[in-house]
Amino acid sequence: MSRKVWLYGLLCLLCVPFVFPTWWMVTSSMKPISEIFSESLLPSEWTFSTYSTVFKMQPFGQQYWNSLYIAVIVTVGTMAVAALAGYAFARIKFPGQNVLFVVVLTGLLIPSEVTIVPLFQLFQSLGMTNTHWPLIIVPIFGAPCVLAIFIMRQFFLALPPELEEAARMDGLGRAGIFYRIALPLSRPALGAVAIFTFLHSWNLYLEPIVYLSTPDMFTLPQALTQFVDIYGGPMWNVQLAAATMTAVPILVVFVVAQRQFIEGLAHTGVKG
Amino acid sequence: MTFWTYRRRDNLVGYLFVAPALLGSLAFVLIPLGMVGWYSLNEWNVLGGTFEFIGGENYQRLLADEKLRDSLVATAWFAAGLVVLNLTLALLLAVLLNQKLRGTTLFRTLFFSPVLVSLVAWTLVWQLMLQPEGSVNDLLGLAGVDGPNWLRGESSAMVSVIVVQVIKNVGLNMVLFLAALQGVPAPLYEAAKIDGAGAWTRFTRITIPLISPTILLTSIITIVGSLQVFAQIAVLTQGGPGTSTTVLIYYLYQQAFQFHHFGYGATISVLLFVIVAALTLVQWRMRRKWVLHES
Repeated sequence: MSRKVWLYGLLCLLCVPFVFPTWWMVTSSMKPISEIFSESLLPSEWTFSTYSTVFKMQPFGQQYWNSLYIAVIVTVGTMAVAALAGYAFARIKFPGQNVLFVVVLTGLLIPSEVTIVPLFQLFQSLGMTNTHWPLIIVPIFGAPCVLAIFIMRQFFLALPPELEEAARMDGLGRAGIFYRIALPLSRPALGAVAIFTFLHSWNLYLEPIVYLSTPDMFTLPQALTQFVDIYGGPMWNVQLAAATMTAVPILVVFVVAQRQFIEGLAHTGVKG
Repeated sequence: MTFWTYRRRDNLVGYLFVAPALLGSLAFVLIPLGMVGWYSLNEWNVLGGTFEFIGGENYQRLLADEKLRDSLVATAWFAAGLVVLNLTLALLLAVLLNQKLRGTTLFRTLFFSPVLVSLVAWTLVWQLMLQPEGSVNDLLGLAGVDGPNWLRGESSAMVSVIVVQVIKNVGLNMVLFLAALQGVPAPLYEAAKIDGAGAWTRFTRITIPLISPTILLTSIITIVGSLQVFAQIAVLTQGGPGTSTTVLIYYLYQQAFQFHHFGYGATISVLLFVIVAALTLVQWRMRRKWVLHES
């Protein structure tokens, strides 16, 4: 019995630094600025004016949409590229396969930050700076996609071959086998890839500040740091309101779907 | 018709399936890497519009650059602190959550939740909490400790960026460890118990060896990840105070995009690539010697 009390006590104590920042972010965004550094856990008077200030200071709705649509396209695109390549590397035998796999895999050794200078140069010469193209194309086809390909390949390697042989007997071609048999079965791995990819795109910071220069093109991480007063000092309660709007929707989705979420990730981690 | 045998069609499908990934790797990873190598041999000032071949001069500059040396030291401290703290905490949380206890799912959700909070949002909140009059010092004050100005002291700034990053991401490793712990066969523990092994012995002699593949995997992910930490540094400390938290990637950003030295920036990129590649290869090799078994 006392062991249980100890364990619960320890767990609750350890929880504090994980839970408190989020709690504090949400509640302080509704505090008047004078109370930002007060020790109270709740505002003495609730104010929502910070939330309208967010939209007055920046095209925050536009920035929200930028982040969201970029992340969705990158996620769907990565799932497609990774599923196709992962399947081919795992299940189809074709000449040069191993060499090509090694070529793709080198991306794991080259973080996308290493190549930021030539990529910037490339997109500048194409007239694509201050557009969203670099934030969409590079993650889908470049280094961030390699981990996804690896995860998908590991999954398809473990798939029993009998399923495909039966489908082949029934006259399905390779593309049909992939689309009708393998892809539907790979949902757990695709789910994990989707989560990783979405979060990666949603959190991207270096690339947006390198490529984007006007507020209506900004993505959320970049926009969050721009809430400053005329002297350049941060407007903390407004920042917190914007941060809350950025963080809370994702957290809600997570809490609703948390079982599939965590178990999907764990599953992939063990295999990958 | 006979030309398109099943085998030939299969080959074609194979090439078509890997084509997007392969062309992407060439265009956005390998060719740019080659260009980084070429740029590093040139003096290239974007503002001045100069691009001039200078051979190994950037590399000589690299060797003599004291700021770079500071940056490497900061990177090493950051990576080491991050990995040790992250893996220890992740394992501790996983072991706690693996006990037969009601409500572990709730705690698992709570420990995992920072992973989902937008990175910059999370960092901004901590920036506020780490101010001299912020929540962290309020909390320390309750315990009678007079907290420092976290982000303005050299070592406390480093501690701050490490802790903020660990709490943000430890949930990922925790989940991986939890899955690994649940894969350890229970009869092993039973047998050890009968032989009189205590809890600590069971942990070090059974648990640790059996989850060693996961320890290796998480340490690779965490170390390589630590070299890519940029947003937290940019928001919390801008590499300061002094150069105490100027990790390599932040120094790269400063040189290339703040001082517009693309050539020298590319040279730092080459260094970053060499470090990441070397670490990854060393760890893959260690797997053979160190890891007990592969599932």
